[in-house]
Amino acid sequence: MTTLPASTSRKLGLVIDLDTCVGCHACVISCKGWNTEHYGAPLSDRDAYGAQPEGTFLNRVHSFEVTRKDAPPMVVHFPRSCLHCDDAPCVTVCPTGASYKRVEDGIVLVNEDACIGCGLCAWACPYGAREMDADAGVMKKCTLCVDRIYNENLPEVDREPACVRTCPAGARHFGDLGDPQSAVSQLVAERGGMDLMPEQGTAPVNKYLPPRPRDQLGAAGAQAPDLAALCDPSTDGASGFLGWLDRALERL
Amino acid sequence: MFSQPAPELSPLVSDEVRKTTCYMCACRCGINVHLKGGKVSYIEGNRDHPVNKGVLCAKGSAGIMQHLSPARLRAPLKRVGPRGSGQFQEISWEEALQLATDWLRPLRDTAPQKLAFFTGRDQSQSFTGWWAQAFGTPNWAAHGGFCSVNMAAAGIYTMGGAFWEFGQPDWDRTKLFMLFGVAEDHDSNPIKMGIGRLKARGARVIGVNPVRSGYNAVADDWVGITPGTDGLFILALVHELLRAGKVDLAYLIRYTDAPFLVNATDGPEKGLFLRDAAGTPLVRDRATGQAMAWDAPGVQPDLAQGITRDGVEHLPVFRHLAARYLDPAHAPEAVAERCGIPATRIRAIAAEIARVAFDEEITIDRPWTDFRGQRHDKMTGRPVAFHAMRGLSAHSNGFQTTRALHMLQILLGSVEVPGGFRFKPPYPKPATAHPRPHGRATPGQPLDGPHLGYPQGPDDLLLDDAGTAIRIDKAFTWDNPLSAHGLMHMVISNAHAGDPYRIDTLFLYMANMAWNSSMNTTQVMEMLTDTDDNGDYVIPRIIYSDAYSSEMVAFADLVLPDTTYLERHDCISLLDRPICEAEALADSIRWPVVAPDRDVRPFQSVLLDLGHRLGLPGMVREDGTPQYADYADYMVNHQRRPGIGPLAGWREAGGSATGRGAPNSAQLDRYIENGGFFIDHIPEAAQFFKPWNAAYQDWAVARGLYDAPQPYVLHLWCEPLRRFQLAAEGHGPRQPPEHLRDRLRATMDPLPLWYPTFTDAETDPADYPLHALTQRPMAHYHSWGSQNPWLRQIHGLAPLFVAGDVWTEHGFAEGDWAVLTSPHGRITLPVARMDALNPRTVWTWNAIAKRRGAWALDPAAPEATRSSLLNHLIHELLPPRGDGLRWANSDPITGQAAWYDLRVRIEKAPAGQQVSYPAHPAQSSPVGRGPQDIALSSTD
Repeated sequence: MTTLPASTSRKLGLVIDLDTCVGCHACVISCKGWNTEHYGAPLSDRDAYGAQPEGTFLNRVHSFEVTRKDAPPMVVHFPRSCLHCDDAPCVTVCPTGASYKRVEDGIVLVNEDACIGCGLCAWACPYGAREMDADAGVMKKCTLCVDRIYNENLPEVDREPACVRTCPAGARHFGDLGDPQSAVSQLVAERGGMDLMPEQGTAPVNKYLPPRPRDQLGAAGAQAPDLAALCDPSTDGASGFLGWLDRALERL
Repeated sequence: MFSQPAPELSPLVSDEVRKTTCYMCACRCGINVHLKGGKVSYIEGNRDHPVNKGVLCAKGSAGIMQHLSPARLRAPLKRVGPRGSGQFQEISWEEALQLATDWLRPLRDTAPQKLAFFTGRDQSQSFTGWWAQAFGTPNWAAHGGFCSVNMAAAGIYTMGGAFWEFGQPDWDRTKLFMLFGVAEDHDSNPIKMGIGRLKARGARVIGVNPVRSGYNAVADDWVGITPGTDGLFILALVHELLRAGKVDLAYLIRYTDAPFLVNATDGPEKGLFLRDAAGTPLVRDRATGQAMAWDAPGVQPDLAQGITRDGVEHLPVFRHLAARYLDPAHAPEAVAERCGIPATRIRAIAAEIARVAFDEEITIDRPWTDFRGQRHDKMTGRPVAFHAMRGLSAHSNGFQTTRALHMLQILLGSVEVPGGFRFKPPYPKPATAHPRPHGRATPGQPLDGPHLGYPQGPDDLLLDDAGTAIRIDKAFTWDNPLSAHGLMHMVISNAHAGDPYRIDTLFLYMANMAWNSSMNTTQVMEMLTDTDDNGDYVIPRIIYSDAYSSEMVAFADLVLPDTTYLERHDCISLLDRPICEAEALADSIRWPVVAPDRDVRPFQSVLLDLGHRLGLPGMVREDGTPQYADYADYMVNHQRRPGIGPLAGWREAGGSATGRGAPNSAQLDRYIENGGFFIDHIPEAAQFFKPWNAAYQDWAVARGLYDAPQPYVLHLWCEPLRRFQLAAEGHGPRQPPEHLRDRLRATMDPLPLWYPTFTDAETDPADYPLHALTQRPMAHYHSWGSQNPWLRQIHGLAPLFVAGDVWTEHGFAEGDWAVLTSPHGRITLPVARMDALNPRTVWTWNAIAKRRGAWALDPAAPEATRSSLLNHLIHELLPPRGDGLRWANSDPITGQAAWYDLRVRIEKAPAGQQVSYPAHPAQSSPVGRGPQDIALSSTD
């Protein structure tokens, strides 16, 4: 049983825009590349070239279909990684103190030296955001690139998570969600950012921006404007299109 | 008491960063390759790079696993088993190059056309084409013919430039972006970045695609069109815009051929422009009613009235155009059912296009001067932009459909204006400024000119005196007159059939033609292994170069192993397909950021070595030594024209010159210092209206893009097409064969038109009710990702996606398999339900399926056992018509492979189906199998 801090100075996290995510998996692989090289054990791949390849990823993208009445189905790409919850059940369940939430920024980490690989935290996480590395036998999870965001060996502009830096569509944003004035907090306010599964009571720091309304043009029941009726003079009239053209050319 | 651990927050990222260019698709992003202990440890996007500005896709980030792939070839290979078996022995480079020289020299000395040299996705086409020209064979092209030549050709004939990666929407200003069809694999990161920027600004994105995945998933409006009907839909939009008078008449008069007078009277001149004695097209001047040169000072071109001269009526292009598309046959109601789009929706989209184009016009306070010398105090634009690629292109009506889309852009006045579509250098460049095709082979001599080009009429066809095709792929024949990229997909089929003639050596580079880069894969494999009565292979010799143990490797007699993209020099050149932006000229290089650890050589250097051994002109010095030590030497010192070389940056000693200038021996060092690329911004006053902007034209000449200013008008009316159509009508000395006359008459229309795809026209919908499509997943597109253990965990299986009605009708359940049958073949594969899909369409991921034994994968890998290729269902020929002729399954204008015309029927596979069909026997792997488990860390 590990204790969560009563509060954290900052709440660093991600804002993920489901309106813009094209499901390209760039964030997934950039994360894999950075984190297999950094922070603890490498992210292994079992049966890498075989019949059932299965490796450790700290971030995955799932695609869901949403069928709707009287409107075309939607597809939503949903990137999933640790949400760095304020009330993180993965921390409180940890028997060794390996799972913890940092006081200074709220990042939830696993101290691999203390991790016994019991897997309780993965069971406790309602989001499926933790993965046991089969090779190293320790629990792996999103570190919010804690070894990038403060890394003095990186140019300041690069001190952001690898997934945010690489996202081609600009669908991932990083910042302090504890500061209402921060760009990410403003974005959440403007776009109605949401908690994932709030009923779980985990108080996630990461937020998701919902897709904007889709398929409004010519939606079922809507009246399409008759463009030609608005045309002056009408192209349908006695002189027809040529008459209109002649008048229009005169006006040029 | 818990004491919070203190992880290392500032670990050393790497020892060194080397900046080069990514490879695995047509984006060519800048990458930072991090090295630790001399090994590649991490790859990220280069923030300074004009293409990707720091971002990188999944494939690019997984490049480290591509570089470390166990499928990498290790040494030259000589076949010892039967073709297709994959049984080889490793040989030395000297033996390999001697063998190749011994095979090729007699061909050059006696019949250069007996070498067919075709390249895949290599992006060094200006170099390989130069080599093939020096060898003297007419049989060279890259893979554009089965990729997207319809986009390139329709764009260049119509606008003097294409979407492809040669143009882009004005991402910062456009307010309505409309994306047609599968378009993920050219300019993919820029498109993702652009869509992200549009969304951040609240601009509207409309996706037109039978499948709502990827970009279409984030589109504000999705139009789930029936495949092959995009042209109908576009022409209905044009119909609506014309009816409403929502076309930019001032733009059409200034910048297009809309006022050009076209002969409207039957006869050998019908449909051609009325010209003056100097050949300049004429327009009717509204002030005088007289015909005047279109570019005469002070002329007021008319769009409405024509003239009659010597009893012959000549009407403006715009009159012909309006008459055609105002016809009720193009009304939304008339096309709705065929397109699968309600008429009200078509109307609403047309209204939105009109609203944004004309009510939200944007202006930039930036004066500019046009080629007539007229000064404009601002730049005005219509902020509607379009993009399309293979989705429109890979149909037998793709050329005309793409022309229709360009016509829509032009009528809106949204080409090369703020908010619209913008060219990237070296475009704009009209079809007339490109070479015409060349194909005259002379033993021991170079070819008479560049292979590929843009024909202007029947005189430019590559036919011998008997009317037989000069090229093995029958490019530039009556079968497909404007085949500007060749027809790679016909090479093996024609070579096997000996039609038009037999060849000796098939030489391929990075083109997986025994698998996913051919139509009709199973029979192509049979053609490659077929023997004649003497037991000799029908295609006598095959040389192949690839970096990896692909399916094609198994069919080669001699394999020249290439390097990975991190071990080589390359130039992404203005002579070829550069990385320019709408506001900048840019090119880039690859350089060996690590040395190969295998006995492999970069293919381009090998080709120069072969050229020297064969004594090819331009590759040997007078003293007999090689002209170029390697490809890097060529990149710096080759001059295509005096002062113009593969790289535009830092020319002249000291690097003072851009575009034009003498070679600079320190040029590559300057590229490396600058992050692997060169960029030269276009002056502000020259950034829009480029075809007509005097400042742009002068800038382009100074940079060596052109040798003289070449302003031109956009062509709504495609006169070269009309010249072929006239021939089909019986006019002119060069006449098509009778069996093609009707088709040429119908399809070579100078105005865009829609006709059903040949498959739709000939397939009984009762037998084959569904359309079948493929697309690459974003994490794999345009690439060879199957041997990549990270990417194959994302997309290691390619099920058939089936929409709800078909799913229910056939009683599918999760875990079921389907049998998919086309007029040509049958495959089985697992099914998955997807409702965000045109209801008459099924689809699967392209090129996930692999042959057993290839790519160092376990033969039991799901790519081999639970995936299939639609290629098996698509023949390179249309079904026989009983006339004894071989009708290509291609666009009749360009020869573009009509992948997306496929029609199928679906059945539930018998219970217990576990393995996909066809199940080809495993090929032996010359590189063994990949390791069981990996845990990549360079610190190990």
